[in-house]
Amino acid sequence: MQNPYLPYPVRIEEIITETEDKNLKTFKLVFINPEDEEKFKYQAGQFAELSVAGKGEIPIGIASSPTEKGFLMFTVNKVGLVTSCLHNMKAGDIMGVRGPLGNWYPWDIMEGKNVVIIGGGFAFTTLRSSIIYMLDPANRPKFKDIHVIYGARTPGMLLYRDELAEWEKRDDINMHITVDATDDPNWKYNIGFVPTITDQKAPPGNPDTYAIVCGPPIMIKFTQPVLDTLDYAHDHIIMSLEMRMKCGIGICGRCNIGKEYVCKDGPVFTLDQLNNMPKEY
Amino acid sequence: MFAYIEKIKEISNRLLKESTVDLIIGFRKGTVPMMNEPCFAKTPEAVDGLVWDSNCGINLANYLANRKEKIGIVSKGCDSRNIVTHIIENKIKRDQVVIIGVPCKGMIDRHKIEAMFDTEIEAVTEADGRLNIKGDGVDTAIDKKDVLQQNCTICTHRNPVIYDELAADLVEEQTDVDKYEDIRRIEDMTPEEKWEYFEDLLSTCIRCYACRNACPLCYCPTCFVDESQPQWVGKSQNPTDIRTFHFLRAYHCAGRCTDCGACERACPMGIKVRILTKKLEKDCLELFDWESGLTLEKRPPLDTYRPDDPDDFIK
Amino acid sequence: MKVIKIDKKNWAEGLKRLADKFPLFGPVQKDEFHIFKELHKDELPDLSLQNTRLSPKSVVYPQSETLFEYTLDEKQADHHILKEIDKDYLPRAVVGIRPCDAKAFLLVKRNFDTPEYKDPYWIKAYQAVTLIGYACNTPCSNCFCTTAGCGPFHEEGLDVLLVDAADHYLAQIMSEKGEKFITAAGWDTSAGANDLREQVQTLKQAAETKITARVSTDKLKDKDTTALFEASFWEDVAFACINCGTCTYACPTCWCFDIQDETFGSSGIRIRNWDSCMYPLFTHHGSGHNPRDMKMQRVRQRFMHKLKYYVDKYANGIQCVGCGRCIRLCPVNIDIRKVCDLMNSFES
Repeated sequence: MQNPYLPYPVRIEEIITETEDKNLKTFKLVFINPEDEEKFKYQAGQFAELSVAGKGEIPIGIASSPTEKGFLMFTVNKVGLVTSCLHNMKAGDIMGVRGPLGNWYPWDIMEGKNVVIIGGGFAFTTLRSSIIYMLDPANRPKFKDIHVIYGARTPGMLLYRDELAEWEKRDDINMHITVDATDDPNWKYNIGFVPTITDQKAPPGNPDTYAIVCGPPIMIKFTQPVLDTLDYAHDHIIMSLEMRMKCGIGICGRCNIGKEYVCKDGPVFTLDQLNNMPKEY
Repeated sequence: MFAYIEKIKEISNRLLKESTVDLIIGFRKGTVPMMNEPCFAKTPEAVDGLVWDSNCGINLANYLANRKEKIGIVSKGCDSRNIVTHIIENKIKRDQVVIIGVPCKGMIDRHKIEAMFDTEIEAVTEADGRLNIKGDGVDTAIDKKDVLQQNCTICTHRNPVIYDELAADLVEEQTDVDKYEDIRRIEDMTPEEKWEYFEDLLSTCIRCYACRNACPLCYCPTCFVDESQPQWVGKSQNPTDIRTFHFLRAYHCAGRCTDCGACERACPMGIKVRILTKKLEKDCLELFDWESGLTLEKRPPLDTYRPDDPDDFIK
Repeated sequence: MKVIKIDKKNWAEGLKRLADKFPLFGPVQKDEFHIFKELHKDELPDLSLQNTRLSPKSVVYPQSETLFEYTLDEKQADHHILKEIDKDYLPRAVVGIRPCDAKAFLLVKRNFDTPEYKDPYWIKAYQAVTLIGYACNTPCSNCFCTTAGCGPFHEEGLDVLLVDAADHYLAQIMSEKGEKFITAAGWDTSAGANDLREQVQTLKQAAETKITARVSTDKLKDKDTTALFEASFWEDVAFACINCGTCTYACPTCWCFDIQDETFGSSGIRIRNWDSCMYPLFTHHGSGHNPRDMKMQRVRQRFMHKLKYYVDKYANGIQCVGCGRCIRLCPVNIDIRKVCDLMNSFES
C-alpha cells in the first residue's frame, strides 16, 4: 500500500527573490531520487504539499509547467510557520514534496478554444505554469487566442518579471500587464486595477472562450461583474480556490465547501459549480 | 422554582417590550434529564420557554464577551461575579447589561446522582430542596444538598453581587464553610506525591478544551495552546503538553476565577480541574486578601502593584 | 451464520486462552465511567456497562499517531528526509464493542479507504482487528440507533455478536475472523442449533422496542444544500455551543485530523492528532482569513457534514450511528436529534 502522506525527498537547487518586498521567493526543487520525478506527473493547475522536517507542510500551487523537465518550481509567500522557515533555507537544503494534488485547469475542454488568464498578486503561480504549458510548441496549436491580464500593486511586486517581458515580445500571446499605481516614468504597460483592465482588454465571452481567474478575494469580487458584462457564461469562468489544508487528499476533513473537498475535488471549480455550493470560502 | 421562572419571564418580557434590551440570555429546558440549554430570547414566545431550576450550572457570563447588543442576562451569584470581571476587563460595558439576579441555592451534579443508581435516570423533578428521581425500577427522593456540585457546597456568594432586577428574595449566604480542605491536603503532600497526584488527575484528559471553552475567563482571541509562532505547546496527547495546558490555564485565571465550576461541569472525562484554579484562588485570598468579581471599584491583584505586595515566595 | 452458546462459566477461561495468542481490548471501569483499553493478562472486559464514555475508535485510530520520523542532524545521510516507521499491525481483538461503534468503522472507512487514496495507517489497523460485538439488551434512553441505520443487535461490521442470555452468552459468528476467534478461545462450537438463532431474534426484538428516541432522516437527501446551509435556525441551534471538541472526540464517526511535526533535540516525528471542526484554527488560513470564523458556522459544519454532505457524497445514509454520546456529553445540551429533525423538516 503506497503511503500518500510520505513526501518525496528533494533538494533546493535555487532560490529566487521575486518581489521588492522580499516576501515572495521562488524555490526550484530537484528530486533526490530521479525515479520520483517519474511518479510526480502533474498538470498545470495542480498543487503539492511542501514539507519541511520539523515544521510541517503547506499546500502550494505548482509554478513550473509539466513541459519543464528536471525540476519543480514553487513561489511561496511568507505568512506562517512553514513558509517563514522556507524563506530562511538555502540552496542545497533538503526538504520534501508530496503530490501532485488536486485537479487542474480543464485542458481537455479548453482545447481549440480561446483562453483568457486573469491573475492578481501572488496567485499567478499556477497561471505561469499554464502559460508555459500552452506556449510549449507542442501545445500552442491546441489553443486559439491567449490573453493574459496580470496585475500587482507595483511593478516591483510582479512575479516572473523576466518571463513577462519575454511574453510581451511574442505575437502568439496577448499580454496585458498592469499595476495599481507607479511613479516609474519608464513603466510602459497598463496602470489600473485588474477588473478595469479586464473590462478594457478581455475579449467578449462566447462558447469558444474560457476565463481562468486567480487572485485575491477582492480582485475576484470585482472581476466577476466585469465578466458578466462581457457575457462570460459561468461554466466558462474557471477559478482556483485556496483553503487551509493538511492531508491534501480529501481525508483530514478541514477544507470542505459543502460536500466537496477543495484539496481533492478542487482546487479548480467553475463559477457555475461554486454558485451551487455553500458560500463558505 | 415556579415562582422564579414566572418572575424571570415577567422581567424579560418587560425589558424586551420597553426595548431596554435587545435580547435575554437565559436557560431553556434541556432534552435530557438534569440538563438545561443556554439560549437567547428576543420574542415573547422565546421568553415563554425560559426556565430556572437546579440544572442551570453553566455560567452564562461566558455568552457575553464581545457582544454588541444590549443584553438582559439571567445571573446567579457566580455568573454575576464573572460579569463584574468582564466589566473590569473591558469585555462588556456595565450599561450594556441588565442583570436579572437569581439568588441561588446551588446546582446539582448530575454525575453524582447518576453514580448513585445502577439504572439510567429518566426524570428528575425538584420541590422544597428534595429531588424526585425516576428511572427503570427507581422512584425515590433525595436531598438536593447531598448532590450539589462541589463548588456549590462551599459557595459563599449565592446571591448576585450586582443586579438590576431580582427574580426572588435574596437567600442566606453560607458561612463557616471550609473552602480549601482539598487544597491543603495537596499542599501537604511531598513533591513525589504531588507529582503522582497531578499525573493521575490529568491522565484521562482528551484535550477537547471543554474546560477552557466553558470558562467565561477564557476569551483570548488566540489561546496560547493554539499559537503557532511560537508554538508554546505541542498538540498531541503528550502528557507534558497536557499538563502544561492545564497548569498555564489555571495561572491565567489567577485572581479572576470565581470557582463557578463551569470547567469541571463541562469536562466529559470528569477531571477535577478546579483543584488547580482553587489553589490559585486560595493564594490570592491569602496573599492579597482578594476574592474575584465582588466589586467594580478595585483592580484585581494581578494587574496592580503595591509596594507591600508579599514576596516571601521569592527565594 | 452460526450461533453458539458460551456458558458464562467458560467465558473467562476462553478469554485467557485468547489473551495468550493476541492482544485483547475491552471496556473497563475507570473512576465513574468505562473506557476502552488494552486488557492486561487476567483482566476481563467489564460487560456490565451500557457503553463506554468515549467510542472505541481510538483502537484503530489513536488520538495521536506517529506517521513518520526524521533527523535534523546533518551528519546523518538521510537528514531532513521523512521515513516510515515500523508499526505493529498484528491481529488483535476488541471484546465488548457495541454494534453502533462497530458499524461506525464502516462509515469512517469510506473516508480513509477511497478509490483514489488509501490511508495505510487506518486501513492496516482496521484490518488487524477482530470485532466481538456486545448486543445491547438495555439501550440508553438517548440512543437512537434504530432510526440511524443501526440497532442494538446490528450485525454490520462485526465478526461476532455476543448476546447476554442470563447464564450464558449467545455468540453469532459472522465472519472467518470471528470463527477463528471463537475457535482460538476453545469454546464449544458444536451447539449451533436453530433455536439459538430464535433466542437471539427474541432478545433483539425486545431490545429494539426499548429504543424510543428517534430521528427522521428520510427527507435530508432531497433538501437543497445551499438553502439548508442558509436556514435561519442555525443561530438558535448554535447559541449555546461553547466550541469545545467533546462531541467530535466522543463520536465514533468523526474522523478529522491535524498533522504536526514535533522535534526533540535533533530528531523528531510527524504525528497526526484528532482535530475538530469546532475549533476556529481548523480552517484558519495563513493569511488570517477564516471561512468558518464564527461559532455558528462551525456548529453548522458539524451537523451539515454528518446529516447532509455525507448523505449526498456517499448516498448511504447519515454519518451517525445513533450512539447518543454527543447528547450525553455535550456540556450545554445541544442535541443532534433535535437538529436532525429541524433539518429534515426544513422548508425553504
